[in-house]
Amino acid sequence: MLSTYNGRFGWDPFADLRRMQTDMNRLFDGYATTSGAGFPAVNVYAKDDALLVTAELPGLTDDAIDITVRDDTLTIEGELTVENDNAGWHRRERGRGRFTRGVELPFRVDPDHVKASFEDGVLEIEMQRPEADKPQRIAINA
Amino acid sequence: MSSDVSTRNEDTNVTRIDERRPRRIYRPATDIFEIDDKVVLETEMPGVNRDTIDITLENRVLTIRGELKERPRQGWRPVYAEYGEGDYERSFSVSEEIDQDKIDASFKNGVLRIELPKAETAKARKISVNAA
Repeated sequence: MLSTYNGRFGWDPFADLRRMQTDMNRLFDGYATTSGAGFPAVNVYAKDDALLVTAELPGLTDDAIDITVRDDTLTIEGELTVENDNAGWHRRERGRGRFTRGVELPFRVDPDHVKASFEDGVLEIEMQRPEADKPQRIAINA
Repeated sequence: MSSDVSTRNEDTNVTRIDERRPRRIYRPATDIFEIDDKVVLETEMPGVNRDTIDITLENRVLTIRGELKERPRQGWRPVYAEYGEGDYERSFSVSEEIDQDKIDASFKNGVLRIELPKAETAKARKISVNAA
């Protein structure tokens, strides 16, 4: 009998598809999974020797966000202050208060070459790998 | 010959698959409260293109829409993702009567704030009872 799944040693052509689907669900589930990782949720992009970390921080201002880089750890800290605290509430969904988020990076970054921007509630932090840490091509001598 | 045809196709106005694909729509987190004679909504729309923000109030249904601003990420490959990016859309039913002409909206740091002043008729009036 030909079967798509024949025990733990068999080849399952749908395994990759299922895994992809699980990954996609995890990506799009949004808050359900991000809560485990902490606030704010981050996305990470990479280029040869550079990293870009993005986060959504609506309602914050530039000076209410602190970014620190040490070796291979990026820390984003801040506080969303509450206004209208004595207003009559109908619905209260937005997060508030202090937060600290640490992100472990795949390599050490140069603290002198970190560029951060904050536009329309989106934080972008671009980091470079230090020159000394870049992989060197080594020639083999005969 | 065949390569000729394919290059010409790329140059002409061909809709690429990723442009055609509808983006995800997110339901933005919103605070709603009352101050004085106004109902105030604060909606989180980080990364939205402010020119596309559309607010309508029709039959007591307030609808907010906004499209994501495309950010240049050329050369960057995504390696890890905790949140998705997309357009925003959400509707609310408004129980109060609103003075449509005085609705005020502002967008700052990714938060859309809409102030809906209650209509004169909706404001609570104090009625004094005169002794007969």
